[in-house]
Amino acid sequence: MAVLRPARRSSAPLLTGVMCALLLLFLPAASASRDFAPADNETWRNPARSTQEEVPHHQTNSTAHKKAFPVLSFNYEHVRKPFEISLWILLALLMKLAFHIIPRVSHVVPESCLLIVVGLLVGGIIKAVDEKAPVFDSKLFFFYLLPPIILDAGYFLPIRPFTENMGTILMFAVVGTLWNAFFIGGTVYGICQIEAAQLGGVDLLSCLLFGSIISAVDPVSVLSLFEEIHINELLHILVFGESLLNDAVTVVLYHLLKEFSHAGSVTVVDAVLGVVCFFVVSLGGVLVGIIYGVLGAFTSRFTSHSRVIEPLFVFLYSYMAYLSAEVFHLSGIMSLIACGVIMRPYVEANISHKSYTTIKYFLKMWSSVSETLMFIFLGVATVEGPHEWNWTFVIFTVFICLVSRVLGVVGLTAIINKFRIVKLSKKDQFIVAYGGLRGAIAFSLGFLLTDNEMKNLFLTAIITVIFFTVFVQGMTIKPLVELLAVKRKKESKGSINEEIHTQFLDHLLTGIEGICGHYGHHHWKDKLNRFNKSYLKKWLISGNRSTEPQLISFYNKMEMKQAMMLVESGSAAKLPRVSSTASMQNIQPKEQPRRRAMPSISKSREQEIRKMLRANLQNTKQRLRSYSRHDLMIDPLEDNVSEVRFRKQRVEMERRMSHYLTVPAKRQETPSVRKVWFGPEQQVFTYDDSESPGRPAAPARRGPPDAISLLTESPQRTNQRGGTQAANGGATAKAGEQEEQEEQLKLSRFLSDPGPNKEQEEEEQEE
Amino acid sequence: MGALQSLPGQPEYIDLAEKTGFSFEQIGVLHKRFKQLSHNGETLRRDHFNEIPDLACNPIRAQIIEAFFDRRNFRQNGEGTVEEIGFEEFLVVMSHFRPPSLHMTEEQRENVRTEKLRFLFNMHDTDNDGTITLEEYRHVVEELLSRSGALGKDTAKSIADAAMLEVASISMGHMEPDEFYEGITFEHFLKLLRGFEIEAKMNIRFLNMDTPTLCK
Repeated sequence: MAVLRPARRSSAPLLTGVMCALLLLFLPAASASRDFAPADNETWRNPARSTQEEVPHHQTNSTAHKKAFPVLSFNYEHVRKPFEISLWILLALLMKLAFHIIPRVSHVVPESCLLIVVGLLVGGIIKAVDEKAPVFDSKLFFFYLLPPIILDAGYFLPIRPFTENMGTILMFAVVGTLWNAFFIGGTVYGICQIEAAQLGGVDLLSCLLFGSIISAVDPVSVLSLFEEIHINELLHILVFGESLLNDAVTVVLYHLLKEFSHAGSVTVVDAVLGVVCFFVVSLGGVLVGIIYGVLGAFTSRFTSHSRVIEPLFVFLYSYMAYLSAEVFHLSGIMSLIACGVIMRPYVEANISHKSYTTIKYFLKMWSSVSETLMFIFLGVATVEGPHEWNWTFVIFTVFICLVSRVLGVVGLTAIINKFRIVKLSKKDQFIVAYGGLRGAIAFSLGFLLTDNEMKNLFLTAIITVIFFTVFVQGMTIKPLVELLAVKRKKESKGSINEEIHTQFLDHLLTGIEGICGHYGHHHWKDKLNRFNKSYLKKWLISGNRSTEPQLISFYNKMEMKQAMMLVESGSAAKLPRVSSTASMQNIQPKEQPRRRAMPSISKSREQEIRKMLRANLQNTKQRLRSYSRHDLMIDPLEDNVSEVRFRKQRVEMERRMSHYLTVPAKRQETPSVRKVWFGPEQQVFTYDDSESPGRPAAPARRGPPDAISLLTESPQRTNQRGGTQAANGGATAKAGEQEEQEEQLKLSRFLSDPGPNKEQEEEEQEE
Repeated sequence: MGALQSLPGQPEYIDLAEKTGFSFEQIGVLHKRFKQLSHNGETLRRDHFNEIPDLACNPIRAQIIEAFFDRRNFRQNGEGTVEEIGFEEFLVVMSHFRPPSLHMTEEQRENVRTEKLRFLFNMHDTDNDGTITLEEYRHVVEELLSRSGALGKDTAKSIADAAMLEVASISMGHMEPDEFYEGITFEHFLKLLRGFEIEAKMNIRFLNMDTPTLCK
């Protein structure tokens, strides 16, 4: 496959073509010994293997005349299964890559559409060659393809907007889905009654079952689409949250109606039981998730001795949560989400930075692969599957789905707005309605239906609706968003000021609620936080980290990111795009010019930075050395300035300088494969203390323990506003206070401007 | 909430409603609360606020209480502090937390935002000089972290320093090494928190108050 590697623009279509050709090559080759074996239960039903009969044949041959020892032999059969699986995945990923290389197409058409088209093509090719395509197995889908996507979504769920809008989301998810299901089912039944459509024989229960399958908004499609349109956080979380939480409704309705349609009739008792079942399914799922989440958090408390397997715990506990919920027919999706949400803050406080990155990347990777495979399979299964096309039914279904969604959203918003502080405007409602895409879950559920004459009819209609929503709505939503001037996502990097004010506001509003005597939203949140701090954190977070408040974690996280980014970019990589040269001396009250100043760094910081430097020493050596020539005038008071230590200081200073001198940059388009926005989230971030076992209780920088000290001569200060005895001024880059202007200019040369995505990108590139 | 009939002085309410934008119902409920807090007196003093148990564990309690007695929040362009407030001032301060209505023009929304940010600014600027100095900001961060025990002063200082630098770099851009950044003025504050969407966040619901909880 080396020929495919250099993927330049012009070769991307070539790439696609070659891939398809290769696939074709293998399939006929593999089918050379085709045998129409009866359907076995394996998921990949490519031309069946038939080695059994050939082998004895061979053996009899070999006993008859002695063959020469085979130096090179061809035995495809025994690697067939893993080979084909890998081939499929590779194809999927190459497709994905190709799309991003062709810029024109990927701006207009969302990725999901392209992948489905590829699936269609592949399916068409397979059919043309008259092979049997891999049959879409619902088990494969639900057990292997869906969990990574949901776990990824749940683990990185932005908690704050989610909980703030929880009421709205639940309304849409539960009531909205129910409305959709019954409305669609009812009207379709009505249509079926009309003689002209020749659809007699479709009873009410089947129609309702059909309605329940098609009514649910699909998280995969929504996720894939909304990632690309960068809509504001509120709308994103509304549609996305709805798509996640409606799983409980779908599960209950589906099983309920399936049972009923077998039984044939419904009684009132059954209906009541159905309602009870809904609560059991959803709350039970959440409970299972919470249990596993707590287990996972507790386990992570002890993993400091074996860092390498930390990510595995997260994945396995979550997957177990999903499977356990499925055992009891509870909602697996809700369980998975609950597990991820509960586990995350504690796990992140416990695990090392590397494990955090590993988890992040593995989740993104798996969910990316799953999503790609899912869409391709959808395309293949469309070409493949038995279809029964009935114009009336299909057209009507598509139309009714749209209508029901719009009606549902508008109606519910009218009710919801009475209870919301920030009301949903018409534009918001439109986006919510328009963003309700259906996807592969609906298809899989349809596939699970028992084989009666209705199944094919339903499947065809489901596929049509999926295609319509994904293609038409998916392609047009981006221009519509721009046309309607819907608020886009804010490009903010983690601003310490905003973090401070977020916390400040929380306490302020809690206080005001207390004054009003009103037990509102903030009051309960505050209570929960206090419970969390006093009990949960003690049990679930190891060591001293349990007492670290959020603001400090946030701050440390930012510093860490800056440090690593700076060091790993070679510390002299880019010219700054920022014109700001404000530094600490600008905000500190004026002091005498003759200052010998150096930053004070705690021992643990030293060690970390030393490690980083060691790792990057090859790259940075040259530059740092040349740089250091300028700064020899730095305090000769420090006796044993070893070169490494000196370099580390420089890096530290530079890091701080750049950290403080950055101005929020304009957003750059990240060409990262998985386009996800890592927003500043209300989570406890990790702080890597794995390498500094002797680290003090608090991550704060203490007074200087050793020769590195911040020496300030404290002369008369006329302007004593700040009163800064900056002896242990911690993070302040005192180094900025150099006499010569020239120094500062030279320093500023080395400052990079970490725009929000650049940071991430850098991180991603390095790791 | 069915106790509207026992409200005194409807005509006063019209006046207050116009001034603050609350509805009659909300004013009634708040009046009840006022009377409760002041033990049926006419004015509230700081020690009345100190009695509220829910406020006891709030790290920024002192600032919140101070905000009620700060003349700058009474919308009369006054300055300085008072020792006691009447119902009208109480209501005016509370009105800073009203949510913006749905049908507002962009300009009105901007006004609401400015007003709320002004309230926050006043809370930070304790010496009434129109700027938030480094020391004042440090104090804010310290208070926020005051419940976290040992980590205390140094970290608070670093965080406040970092924040201040951020403001400086955003507002001032290029600065000479010997220029001195006095402090965060209100314009800089506005600029800093522009993306914060405060009009969506700094709100509480005023109507859903149950009578039982009023007993606290």
